[in-house]
Amino acid sequence: MLDTYPTGTTPPDTESSGPISTSSEWTFELVQKYDAAIGELAEEFGLDTYPNQIEIISSEQMMDAYSSVGMPVGYNHWSFGKQFISVENSYQRGLMGLAYEIVINSNPCIAYLMEENTMTMQALVIAHASYGHNSFFKGNYLFRSWTDAGSIIDYLIFAKNYISRCEERYGLDEVEAILDSCHALMNFGVDRYKRPYPISAEEEERRQKEREEYRQRQLNDLWRTIPKMGEGEEEKPVNHFPEEPQENLLYFVEKHAPLLENWQRELVRIVRKLAQYFYPQRQTQVMNEGWASFWHYTLLTELHKRGRVTDGFMMEFLQSHTNVIYQPPFDSPYYSGINPYTLGFSIFSDLRRICENPTDEDRQWFPDIAGSNWKETLQFAMRDFKDESFILQFLSPKVMRDMKLFCINDDDRENDIVIGPIHDEDGYRQLRANLAGQYNLGNREPNIQVFSVDTRGDRSLTLHHTQHRRRPLGKDSSEVMRHLHRLWGFDVHLHSLHGDEITASYHCPEQGRDRAEGEEESMLIPKPI
Amino acid sequence: MEHRRGSYRNGRDAAALPTKGSNMSYIIDRRLNGKKKSTVNRQRFLRRYKAHIKKAVGEAMNSRSITDMDKGERISIPTRDISEPVFSHGPGGHVEQVLPGNREFVTGDRIPRQGQQGGSGGSGSGASDSGEGVDDFVFQISQEEFLDFMFEGLQLPNMIKRRLAGNESFQVVRAGISEEGTPGRINVVRSMRAANARRIALTSGKRRNIRELETELEREEDKDPALRDMRRIEHLRGKIDEIRQRIARVPFLDDFDLKYNLLMRQPRPRSKAVMFCLMDVSGSMNQATKDMAKRFFLLLYLFLRRSYEYTEVVFIRHHTSAKEVDEEEFFYSRETGGTIVSSALKLMRRVMRERYPASEWNIYGAQASDGDNWNDDSSTCHKILIDDIMPEVQYYSYVEITPRDHQALWEEYESVRGLFPDHFAMEQIVDIQDIYPVFRQLFSQKVAA
Repeated sequence: MLDTYPTGTTPPDTESSGPISTSSEWTFELVQKYDAAIGELAEEFGLDTYPNQIEIISSEQMMDAYSSVGMPVGYNHWSFGKQFISVENSYQRGLMGLAYEIVINSNPCIAYLMEENTMTMQALVIAHASYGHNSFFKGNYLFRSWTDAGSIIDYLIFAKNYISRCEERYGLDEVEAILDSCHALMNFGVDRYKRPYPISAEEEERRQKEREEYRQRQLNDLWRTIPKMGEGEEEKPVNHFPEEPQENLLYFVEKHAPLLENWQRELVRIVRKLAQYFYPQRQTQVMNEGWASFWHYTLLTELHKRGRVTDGFMMEFLQSHTNVIYQPPFDSPYYSGINPYTLGFSIFSDLRRICENPTDEDRQWFPDIAGSNWKETLQFAMRDFKDESFILQFLSPKVMRDMKLFCINDDDRENDIVIGPIHDEDGYRQLRANLAGQYNLGNREPNIQVFSVDTRGDRSLTLHHTQHRRRPLGKDSSEVMRHLHRLWGFDVHLHSLHGDEITASYHCPEQGRDRAEGEEESMLIPKPI
Repeated sequence: MEHRRGSYRNGRDAAALPTKGSNMSYIIDRRLNGKKKSTVNRQRFLRRYKAHIKKAVGEAMNSRSITDMDKGERISIPTRDISEPVFSHGPGGHVEQVLPGNREFVTGDRIPRQGQQGGSGGSGSGASDSGEGVDDFVFQISQEEFLDFMFEGLQLPNMIKRRLAGNESFQVVRAGISEEGTPGRINVVRSMRAANARRIALTSGKRRNIRELETELEREEDKDPALRDMRRIEHLRGKIDEIRQRIARVPFLDDFDLKYNLLMRQPRPRSKAVMFCLMDVSGSMNQATKDMAKRFFLLLYLFLRRSYEYTEVVFIRHHTSAKEVDEEEFFYSRETGGTIVSSALKLMRRVMRERYPASEWNIYGAQASDGDNWNDDSSTCHKILIDDIMPEVQYYSYVEITPRDHQALWEEYESVRGLFPDHFAMEQIVDIQDIYPVFRQLFSQKVAA
């Protein structure tokens, strides 16, 4: 049988000499060969990956995938349509190249390759997504403990089917309204400390039935208004409910909203689950992209070193690589925040340098790492950190100098903006801490928690926003409150607290004339939805 | 589970290459898979912003040049209306932000605030809502979608008389099962069912025999060995075998088991419509007025074309005498002179009788004029309409394009409307903005009385 395959199957010793391809056209056979070569190298470097599934798709399919946040099966919602339209628009106007790749945290790990790409780009994507991201998904502790790569696709299928059944039964508008409200609170539908169970679609369906019954019982207890008879016990003084503030707003709604139908609770749950699934990605953007970029760079340069790719290939590769990791300075018109690819790539590359060629400065800053085995050190850095702690731990003075990082202090009580620590001897530590803080999701998103429910009165729900450095809530807040009101069904209140002092309040339906500063009147009138 | 390692699936050249190593991947060609995955989501989006799009379509109707009346359209929606709100930080408070690309700053420098600063604190997402907030969300809808929105909620009145006309159109429909047909149309399930039934029918007697013989055989074998009649046992066994063979000879599938799907050609009702455009081209009608008339006719034409498979248009223009012309001449040539509206109606009547019998065609009339007419002609118009035209047409609409007061023609037509309230409509158009609303008004869906 072997003889019938004239090319590509010769034993590795003779195969591993000479470039794999010389033209920029890709074919399935070449993709396969590159994948094999890159995979072999990755194994040599000790990358542990899920099996790969590489799918070739057209640009239109890429836009599809793009607009459903990369989910291969998504439920239907207008916001994905909006996303699609805007991606399509900017793509057609040439404003934006499509992402070369989308990779899905699943097992097998699915990576999409666009058919328009050249062979070099396909190889880059394979190295970046199928080996870089893939090993990150498998290795990083957040992904290991918070998402279950084996069951996500099943769950997405369950969600899609369930939602379309609801649409049939209760109507598009009803379902859309609930989903809109859930999306508004999606970022507040995450458990930061509890680990969810991985479950499959069928299992999910079975449990969904059980949940329905259970929820109803639980609710009845909370909202019971008829006094219990014949238990001999005097009614206890009304407890504060919830006893502790709750950070997962969607979970709270799902479990305790008085008026939601069971199917509506299930929708809340679906959105919550997805938020949970994406939560690690939001916390590891710098690391994840940095890791993948580091490996596509390392793997492909190694291939070049061994003569498996041509110089032309390398030129094209380096050009895209430099584009990917380009960081425009803060005053450039192209500046839109710190490029996570640049930051992550620089840190990982510098880590390798610190291990291989440490300087005195490195020995002083990283006594444990300087001169150690780089592969092990990088694995360690990848596995047990998230962006915040990763930056705090591994951002070296050299990277700060190279990127010319500096900190500005913008206090609205001051007239001037003050320059804080910069990339010099006195500033490194503080600068690093500040940058790390910037990646703390807790600082990035306002801290809003469920404070109390008036269980014996008007059933109103009160939230507290604890201000971080006096930062007020954005202008969307009253709008979000309307969504919360729709889910809760009774009055909702939100107090923004600076210390013990309430600086702004939002209510839905609106009461009185409380309002945040600097908002237009018209924006503030929240009508109940 | 057995994995086929390193093979193409769905591939165009689906050759499985033998490979080695543990890191091999699946490579799948998905390009031929479902493309329009987002179509549903797009429709959801359009559905949600119907009001915005309708408004834009309405405006486009007024501003477009006539030749691209039915193209797609760019729709723009204020970003604020389609934003999805989330809790976020607003401007203010104390923000510390790390930025790249320092050139001249050292710790302790003070920079005067420049207004633009301060907002985009901390997160990357914050920047976009404050920065690009003024921009509209702009996108393109296709021609199909444009027309859908344009005619949404409109209905052609009196569609009942959609005639079956011509017999050149057929539809192939399933018409049950037949005993004969071409091999391509074999209905496997029905054939197998028939075969099964036949086999059961042909063998049931034999199988009953076997059962009887077998019980007899058993009884014989159960006897004490000394009492067994070996010859009889032999005989029974032979008999059973023989019947078994006969059963086996019943064919699994026989010619007359075969059943075929029967397809039949069914004549399909074809609806045809003809639209008469009548326009006054006398000296009082200037180019602007004619332009408005043209827009109105065009709208009507697009609308008819959506409702009928086949639509013809007859252009009749008139001053003191009427003439059937082609489109170009209809809209662009100029005449002078007085106006006799009844000449056009007479011509319409003749063309209807000659070429478009009401038994075959759905007839729609649309007339545009500035209301001028010879005074004693208006009553003639009234008579022709009532006696000859109105009984035959599905719908007749009259638009008067004039800012002035109505004249005799309008009054006569009003009395026609009184006689045929469901089939006759008239409206006044003063300027170009009125056309689309008037059109909508004429054809808005009437709630069934």
